[in-house]
Amino acid sequence: MAPRDTLVEISGISKHFGEGEARVDALREVGLSVAAGEVVALLGPSGSGKTTLLNVIGCILDPDAGRMVLDGETVFDGRWLRGNLRRLRLDKIGFIFQFHNLLPFLDATDNVALVLHLAGHDGATARRRAVELLDYLEVGNRKDAMPAKLSGGEAQRVAIARALANSPRIILADEPTAALDSHRAGIVMDLLRRLAAEQDACIIAVTHDEKIYDRFDRIFHLRDGRLESQEGA
Amino acid sequence: MNLAFRDVRHNLFRFLLTCLGLSLLMAVVLSMIGIYNGLVVDALTIVRAPDADVWVVEARTQGPFAEASRIPGDTRDAIARLHGVEEAGSLTYQTAEATFGGRTHRLYLVGVEPGRLGAPSDLAAGRPIGRSHHEIVADVGAGLALGDRIPLGRDTFEVVGLVRDQVNSGGDPAIYLPLRDAQRLQFELAPPAARVQIARGAAIEGKNTVNAVVARLAPGASAEAVVETVRRWKHLAALTEAEQEHLLTASVVDRARRQIGLFMGILLAVSAVVIALIIYTMTMEKLRQIATLKLIGAPDRTIVGLIVQQSLALGGVGWAFGLILVMLIKDVFPRRVVLEPVNALALAGIVFVVCIAASGLGVRAALRVDPATALGG
Repeated sequence: MAPRDTLVEISGISKHFGEGEARVDALREVGLSVAAGEVVALLGPSGSGKTTLLNVIGCILDPDAGRMVLDGETVFDGRWLRGNLRRLRLDKIGFIFQFHNLLPFLDATDNVALVLHLAGHDGATARRRAVELLDYLEVGNRKDAMPAKLSGGEAQRVAIARALANSPRIILADEPTAALDSHRAGIVMDLLRRLAAEQDACIIAVTHDEKIYDRFDRIFHLRDGRLESQEGA
Repeated sequence: MNLAFRDVRHNLFRFLLTCLGLSLLMAVVLSMIGIYNGLVVDALTIVRAPDADVWVVEARTQGPFAEASRIPGDTRDAIARLHGVEEAGSLTYQTAEATFGGRTHRLYLVGVEPGRLGAPSDLAAGRPIGRSHHEIVADVGAGLALGDRIPLGRDTFEVVGLVRDQVNSGGDPAIYLPLRDAQRLQFELAPPAARVQIARGAAIEGKNTVNAVVARLAPGASAEAVVETVRRWKHLAALTEAEQEHLLTASVVDRARRQIGLFMGILLAVSAVVIALIIYTMTMEKLRQIATLKLIGAPDRTIVGLIVQQSLALGGVGWAFGLILVMLIKDVFPRRVVLEPVNALALAGIVFVVCIAASGLGVRAALRVDPATALGG
């Protein structure tokens, strides 16, 4: 079996907030790597740095130091090496939120098509690809529904379709099952696993949901901004 | 994909309700502009009514509107004989109250010489004054109809003609009546008062007095030359039509005009603040959506476009509704509301600038949103 690409590789990533007595070291020289097809979790108590790490990998937060390679491109090495981080996110990263965060004024198809539209696809292509993704995630029958009319599970599937729209190979999920019951949470996790395998992507999720721990390939434990341990292969 | 349009369509009722509120504000602003214009137009109406080139009044006065003016009634003959003068007419002006139709009306009485310059020519109905006594031509604003009879002083007058939009600077409708009747009303003492004067041995003031004489010049004649000639006579003063109009706008209605102008300025400022608040509030309600847009890679121009386009749509719809509303109700106002296309367009320009400036606050807030806000509960 051919070795799979390393999609996320970070080393020595540090981040602090505040100064003097108020200084908090949110991340202390964290390093990890995630390969294509892997579904990994970031676990830790509140304030351990897992959301900060997710934000750093998502290029939302500037790290103080370290090096970060995303999908083969060194994007941070003591400083950002790309000027337009929004474009970087659009090209390489998909986000799945705790609460689906669908735009309430767009229907399911347009919520997905929006990402493609932002990436420069024309309207017809964007909508066709969006419908394909919704069908793939088995919510094609709800393609014209507004977010307010979708159930929690349906909305999360549409949100996942949006995250996948631009075919990113890195998908970051913030508590993706927190708003779902255990049955639907299991379905969503199975879906994410299938996506990782079929799309050759990696999924990094922050979660507190113990019911789904067994659905991750690896689990990274963080405490006080340090990567304490990891479980799994 | 136009996000602003989609958002408006999704919240259409709320958007329209906000537009309605804004349109009422716009309607007030447009009404004030219309009232402001109406005040000036009303003030100039009476001056323009005789279609004269030169106004001859009492020496050292700026009559007959800005100041009282009394000149001998035979002045008209002297003016008519001047070189370059084609036609002349004597006029009197006075404000009076008359009771008819069950209530008291304030009227602006204009004494004219039938068939001479100054008599109303552009009638909306009826005929010009044909007799030298007891006939009047009334502005339709007085609420009179042809054939109506109203008491003025000790006499009763019959309405034989109607004119439109002939009011004084106070908005009182004009009533044109024969010069002799007007002079009796204005200058003749009531019989008891006259008897007292005679008993005292005091002279009774001559009744052949007018407030002004107007003159129309022959084609090519110079108004300034005629004015200069009249001024040399010492006991008279003269003004060109342009000077008379300037006097009215600069002195008679100036304070009211400035008052309304200031109020209009305040209203525009209030409108700007209201628009800014609405846009800012609309933006603040969308911060999480904006954070999500940023997180998924939307460029700033998409987010700025969302806010600015909605702001302009709000201002545009509010302006249009406001304009329609004012056009529908402008005739209900007790005084004339004159709205020129240029006024509506100027307000549209101001609303455009205000909307762009008002979006600034919202845009600033939106651009400062941390995309990380979209993450977490």
